[in-house]
Amino acid sequence: MVHLTRRYRISAAHRLHNDALGPEENARLYGKCNNPHGHGHDYALEVTVAGEVSPRTGMVIDIGLLDRLVEREVLDRFDHKHLNLDVDNFRDQVPTTENLCLEIYRLLAPNFPVWSVKPEDEPEDTGREDSAPGARLLRVRIEETPRNFIEYEAEDGVRHGR
Amino acid sequence: MVYVTRRAEFSASHFYHNPDLGPEENQRIFGKLNNPHGHGHNYVLDVTVRGDVDTRTGMVVDLKDLKQVIEDEVIQAMDHRFLNEEVPAFREIIPTTENIAREIWRRLEGRIGAGQLHRVRLYETADLYVDYYGE
Repeated sequence: MVHLTRRYRISAAHRLHNDALGPEENARLYGKCNNPHGHGHDYALEVTVAGEVSPRTGMVIDIGLLDRLVEREVLDRFDHKHLNLDVDNFRDQVPTTENLCLEIYRLLAPNFPVWSVKPEDEPEDTGREDSAPGARLLRVRIEETPRNFIEYEAEDGVRHGR
Repeated sequence: MVYVTRRAEFSASHFYHNPDLGPEENQRIFGKLNNPHGHGHNYVLDVTVRGDVDTRTGMVVDLKDLKQVIEDEVIQAMDHRFLNEEVPAFREIIPTTENIAREIWRRLEGRIGAGQLHRVRLYETADLYVDYYGE
């Protein structure tokens, strides 16, 4: 069992505001982050997968495959967007780093396990005869700034390969 | 329980090739990484040892001993080397980041004077690293 982590970047704007609360409560709770014009961050996203090393490829997961998956599910959706206004994910929840982390986990999770196969243009079952079981999503970690980060991890079974 | 991490760096070249597969299949799976002349990385290695703090020394493990073991077992063997040719293990297995981390674990396991080897973390680049816990 090896854990592999890949780091990506997302630049996005957001505003922390809860419609269910009054303006004073929002200002008290979120301070400068409640500025109605929004503000932005260069988020750093780390995606960690866990799996056995394939004897055929020496890999847990094909990095190109992971990159395309994260690009499709996460980067295309959130990078250079206003999280409150441009995407559906935060219509009903405040785009805090916590909620962004959970949302990214939810977007990625259904794509796993991933087998160490090459591009999507291969027949669907290519590589599944590979003796290594598919890599599983273990952890999503997102840094809002170098001083603030949030991690969400799958249940213990993934960490320990069960 | 306290976790102590020592960092080391080494630069090495490698390429990915599975001799059981044909040239086209190797090219398809590994792409640019299949270039037989190799390419290189500046690897960053974090070795983490866990244990209780010794009441006499105030240490989990003596960091200069840990540094020396990493130097003898890893840096001497891998720094400024062509991994496929110069590290015997990689004549049999592909020197991917995953396999290099596992090989480093094998080299360090049992050589740490105090505490337990907990984790080998190996960065191939700042944006890619693997963790191996020995199982």
